[in-house]
Amino acid sequence: MKDVSFGQYYPVESPVHRLDPRVKLLSVVLYIVGIFFIQKFIGFAVVALFLLVAIACSRVPLMKVLRSVRAVLFLVLFTAIISVLFYSGGGEEPLWAWGIIKIYKGGLLSAARMALRLVFLVLGPSLLTLTTTPVELTDGLESLLKPLALIKLPVHELAIIMSIALRLIPTLTEETEKIMNAQKARCADFDTGNIFKRAKSLIPILIPLFVSSFRRADELADAMDSRCYRGAKGRTRMRVLKLRFRDFVAAFVMLALFFVILVLRYNWFGLGFINLLV
Amino acid sequence: MPIKITDLNYVYSAGTPFAKHALKNINLEIPDGEFWGVIGHTGSGKSTLFAHLNALTRIQSGTIEIDEFRLVGNGGKKPKRKHRPDYKALRARVGMVFQYPEYQLFAETVREDVAFGAKNIGIKGDELDTRVKSAIEMVGLDYADVAERSPFDLSGGQKRRVALAGVLAMHPKILVLDEPTAGLDPRGKRDILNLITEIKSALCPTVIMISHNMDEVAEYCDKIAVMANGELKFVSTPRELFSRADTLEELHIETPCVTALARELNGRGLNVSVAALTEDELVEEILRAKGANA
Repeated sequence: MKDVSFGQYYPVESPVHRLDPRVKLLSVVLYIVGIFFIQKFIGFAVVALFLLVAIACSRVPLMKVLRSVRAVLFLVLFTAIISVLFYSGGGEEPLWAWGIIKIYKGGLLSAARMALRLVFLVLGPSLLTLTTTPVELTDGLESLLKPLALIKLPVHELAIIMSIALRLIPTLTEETEKIMNAQKARCADFDTGNIFKRAKSLIPILIPLFVSSFRRADELADAMDSRCYRGAKGRTRMRVLKLRFRDFVAAFVMLALFFVILVLRYNWFGLGFINLLV
Repeated sequence: MPIKITDLNYVYSAGTPFAKHALKNINLEIPDGEFWGVIGHTGSGKSTLFAHLNALTRIQSGTIEIDEFRLVGNGGKKPKRKHRPDYKALRARVGMVFQYPEYQLFAETVREDVAFGAKNIGIKGDELDTRVKSAIEMVGLDYADVAERSPFDLSGGQKRRVALAGVLAMHPKILVLDEPTAGLDPRGKRDILNLITEIKSALCPTVIMISHNMDEVAEYCDKIAVMANGELKFVSTPRELFSRADTLEELHIETPCVTALARELNGRGLNVSVAALTEDELVEEILRAKGANA
């Protein structure tokens, strides 16, 4: 467990990794909104093409990105099956019927759309977390949320809380593993017995874990105090986020993708061929 | 029966960019009744190796035999049924004391915490009470004083002793200690080491101690195993290891203070043996050399 830093960051050098996290965050937001505008399969094809290019640029193995779909696979299949079964037709001849179960072409198409939408919704953000470290993400988020400080939202404090939490996840995982090993070495049994027995068997892990978390928090607070930390006021940054040429290129590509999606949906220019596409 | 490790390999997060070959073809035999020291730098694989001994780490490839127990690797997957020994019995036989064991204390009283392991292997009633009492006394604590106190109220050194007692109450025959003296002051270090020597003669005949401190292993251990980069580099008596300057150099091992002092004296013309390992031995050597000079 200790080998995984946190999340699924995939440490390689690539143009996508080097992008400004703010641009990446906003791109993902735009991407998600875009997905909801898609209705034709050609739209999904365009997004798929975009993703493939982005993944190729990011040097993350394709399988690694696709694996993130596994988590929602059940949800995707479930919604697809339900929507096929409950599609009511609308005067259309069923393709296949068995008792009350009727399957329509329209149902299959809408189920496929829904499944594709879900899959693409997962793929985009997972490319973000694969190419951006948690620290960069929080930095980006803090910078994007800065305007909210005007309405007295403690943006910096929230960001620091988030980075500390993210930073401590691997530490706590490692600690949990150590404590579990130590209790297992004393023949503790976590896997047998009924639910009450199992819950009780967690006490020897949870108590030391709490004790050490409090100790760690104290130590961290002392360490921050002794280095004169006093919140956002007057604090400068080591890594100053700065937009570069590549960030503008990325933003442009993203906007172009969004534009294409909208054109495919609303056919603003009255292009005949768009109406022919499914 | 000795501990016998054959062709043991271990790779952390195999198949990812983080993959690390932590143990490479380890072959090692540790006879009963010896005090072994294991030294090596951080990340050399020494802790990984010994976490295998009571099946806390699943063997990927290779075998480990300890008494009647036989652990066989199955590519890191759950071993086949016939290769699955009684883990509880194994863990009671091989007592494992981790680094900073005081962080694993959890119970409301010292007595309960010490009893935890023994209870888990099915000891109960009077037998449990006797074991707990003798374990607490063996680690040099006053049973009447500490038994009903919360382990969190004790001092750091006392907590460590309580944690050690928790393992001893299972009556292990082999005791594995991962840096038992880490974070203690010199006095506390010596106390713990003397304690371990006592435990060795009273309860667990075989002791394996993982350590960073060369003075410790030089003085207390019968045999030393040196690990580096996941490989077992060298196994010998401390006397042989520390008298071989070239080997120490090659493996980047610090020289124990006593040896370093003996070398220095030698360099300045006093003919003392560099094989001295303890302060007493060195003092005797110096007296002998002085006597010969005079």
